[in-house]
Amino acid sequence: MSAPATWTIPEVRAALDARKISARELVKDFYARIEKQNPQFNIFLALSPERAYAQADKIDAAIAAGDALPALAGVPVAIKDVISTHGIPTTCGSLILKGYRPPYDATAVERLERAGAVILGKTNCDEFAMGSSNENSAYGPVRNPLAPDHVPGGSSGGSAAAVAAGLAVASLGTDTGGSIRQPGSFCGVPALNPSYGRVSRYGLIAYASSLDRIGPFAHTSRDVAAIMSVIAGRDPRDSTSASVPVPDYAAHIGKPLHGLRIGIPDDYFGEGIDPEVRKKVEAGIALLEKLGCKRVSIRMPNTDYAIAAYYIIATAEASSNLARYDGVRYGPRVPGSTLIEMYQKTRGRGFGAEVKRRIVLGTYVLSAGYYDAYYLKGQKVRTLIARDFRDAFQKVDAIVTPTSPVPAFRFGERTANPLQMYLADIYTVTGSLAGVPGISVPCGKTSAGLPIGLQIYGPAFGEERVLQMAHAFEQA
Amino acid sequence: MKISREDVLKVAALANLELSDAEVDSYRGHLDDILTYIDKLNEVDTSNVEPLAQVVAAAEDDSALREDVVVRADIISEVLQGAPDPEAPYFRVPRVIEK
Repeated sequence: MSAPATWTIPEVRAALDARKISARELVKDFYARIEKQNPQFNIFLALSPERAYAQADKIDAAIAAGDALPALAGVPVAIKDVISTHGIPTTCGSLILKGYRPPYDATAVERLERAGAVILGKTNCDEFAMGSSNENSAYGPVRNPLAPDHVPGGSSGGSAAAVAAGLAVASLGTDTGGSIRQPGSFCGVPALNPSYGRVSRYGLIAYASSLDRIGPFAHTSRDVAAIMSVIAGRDPRDSTSASVPVPDYAAHIGKPLHGLRIGIPDDYFGEGIDPEVRKKVEAGIALLEKLGCKRVSIRMPNTDYAIAAYYIIATAEASSNLARYDGVRYGPRVPGSTLIEMYQKTRGRGFGAEVKRRIVLGTYVLSAGYYDAYYLKGQKVRTLIARDFRDAFQKVDAIVTPTSPVPAFRFGERTANPLQMYLADIYTVTGSLAGVPGISVPCGKTSAGLPIGLQIYGPAFGEERVLQMAHAFEQA
Repeated sequence: MKISREDVLKVAALANLELSDAEVDSYRGHLDDILTYIDKLNEVDTSNVEPLAQVVAAAEDDSALREDVVVRADIISEVLQGAPDPEAPYFRVPRVIEK
């Protein structure tokens, strides 16, 4: 039998059913490996053993009693540090929330636990989910488990790395402009950014509210589907969560792809793409054709404007959302002689460089005299980008692209120029602006052994299709 | 440069952010790069395009609105535990009004 580090959700269940291991022993196994590997990879910011063992004991009691087990019984999972967990430190990778313990659970966490999953702890990320490399965490970057001198991607780098390193069976991340898909691609694990509104964001600490989403990482697309079945669906506590019925994702896994039309946007294969990434993604598209998909060339003419629109909208929303960190209700306070001075010092020292940069940019684009030129213009261009997707999905069932134009890079290689770092988000921000689901699946490695991701976009609330395609692709 | 030091300082004041001189200089340069890049949006004709504030694909029915019901939370002590300067049941801040 294989080691728990590589177990998928069905393998966890099989081991529990066969009494090869108890839920408690399984948790112990994961914590032992976390303890050993975390000093090197810096994946976890906080562990929650008390809560994990209590949950494991509940599962073991159910097994002993012969009760029917819930869908994720005993499955050890990791949660990105921007998602609230009752009583477990939740810092968003920031000093400004150091020591903060939320008084409640996010709905996604509550649903995972209700389905039997075991919360191991919180994963490191770029501060307030702002970044593409994890180098913006106040607690030091995560190292890529496949290449420790390389970044794991960001912002959900810890959640991607936790699965890649075998330190969690699955994990939750968040995606605003690519923060699930890009680290999934850099760490070589499937990673789904669901449709906007598909998963409740109650308890998600906001970065850019019109873009933020919660989604899973796992070893297989089948496991991603299993997590989605648990966390998706309307939540009365999040008015932006959709009442669209949740399909049986598992039922779509294993369906043949015959006759599906896949759109390949010419606009996504222009300059800036790494030749090895292009080659592997082209090979991936050829493989999908072999599986019965029909390749259709499409145009998405507003792609070139996506980054500019995204960084206006995301930073504007961030500048507003992050106004709440003022040293009054949570986190450390830096004293000042007046209230305003206390705010300024607390925020000036509590936030890191990238967060401050985005607050400055976001405040600028919203400020008097610039609102129409930047924010309103950005929202209008967003309409055009959403229209590109809508028009494309008239002709095709899915859109296939690279997840990132480059594979994982070395620490410090891209920090000097923030704009260059932003430009690499091109293939993911488009779908973020349009609200559609996108999955990144591993599609081979570079000659240096770095994973490459292929992205499959589906129409809004078409997660079952991207999961079906991702699964078939993995199996081929 | 499109952006002056004063612009950065003005925005930082609006955002209640204390910035060091080095930060002001560095953000000024970054902001200038990014805003210059963003100018490419002026190539796009948006004269007949409505702005898209949020992709609310699903809230077309009334379910986004719920009854406003008061629910007791009883979490004051837990909330105050995380506060830098609590005085139950309040958060204390530096004096705002002079005697």
